[in-house]
Amino acid sequence: MPRIVVDVMPKPEILDPQGKAIVGALPRLGFTSFSSVRQGKRFELTVDGEVTDAILAQAREAAETLLSNPVIEDVVNVEVVEA
Amino acid sequence: MTELPLIGEAIAVAAEPRLAGARIGVVTFPGTLDDRDAARAVRLAGGTPVPLWHADNALGDVDAVVIPGGFSYGDYLRAGAIARFAPLMSKIIDAANSDARLPVLGICNGFQILTESHLLPGSMIKNDHLKFMCRDQVLRVENNSTDWTLDYEAGQEITVPLKNQDGQYIADEKTLDALEAEGRVVFRYVGFNPNGSRRDIAGISNAAGNVVGLMPHPEHAVEVGYGPESLDGIGGSDTDGLAFFTSVLNKIVGANK
Repeated sequence: MPRIVVDVMPKPEILDPQGKAIVGALPRLGFTSFSSVRQGKRFELTVDGEVTDAILAQAREAAETLLSNPVIEDVVNVEVVEA
Repeated sequence: MTELPLIGEAIAVAAEPRLAGARIGVVTFPGTLDDRDAARAVRLAGGTPVPLWHADNALGDVDAVVIPGGFSYGDYLRAGAIARFAPLMSKIIDAANSDARLPVLGICNGFQILTESHLLPGSMIKNDHLKFMCRDQVLRVENNSTDWTLDYEAGQEITVPLKNQDGQYIADEKTLDALEAEGRVVFRYVGFNPNGSRRDIAGISNAAGNVVGLMPHPEHAVEVGYGPESLDGIGGSDTDGLAFFTSVLNKIVGANK
């Protein structure tokens, strides 16, 4: 079954409190090379059958309306992944 | 020593019989927590609460709607994001934007649902300190001309409980400037900003003033002895939230000051 992967990230100008907490925790484990972390979301939409242009367009629309909130997030990637 | 009223003894504070005809819908989603408190607040203020279910396709005969706090759909995806697409929400959005301008109050998760619905601008993200916070919070009423704040004095400071994890109000600078210029910042945190909200904003309204959202919980400060504690243990600030509900009830029956 092919899947459509949607990646959503907090907008660059918005402070990501979770990313900030993670970057604070990394040095405690000895990971000292990372100056910044931003945490996003990955969605996998499974399609029964072939991914047509219409289905991909639906995924893009779903990404903009439900999967992300355009006030605080950007959809940074929508791509088809064959199983 | 002043005696506190016993549980169940509380009666509507100066509730007027003519307000009882005003019907306030209180919406319940899966995961809503504060619907009963909101209904009780409506009743204590003198109105008639009407339970509404998220999956209903009709609003029925209500004069206003409260979207209470809680964790609708477990806050999955984003707080309020899934509730926003419930069948009843589209009816509420239409009624709020109609010429009738249905009064709508969103409290905490209800505020998050209103921003996800685009009835109010901006959004809430995690508190800047990342912790759930529960405290009695002082707010200043910056605008007493909305449907839900008519019975407050402009600039009045009130104390109501605050309890949330995703309470940091954010919007871009242009939106914030517009909110300030149009008097749509309805409540501001006083003395302490509990979550990093831009410009200490605790609550906002739409342009018409019928839709109001805020993170703190006025419905938990409506009954003597059970709201935020005052120094003498009675009176004081523990009913500071009641005027939200008397405001809209008086507006509905046409009796505001």
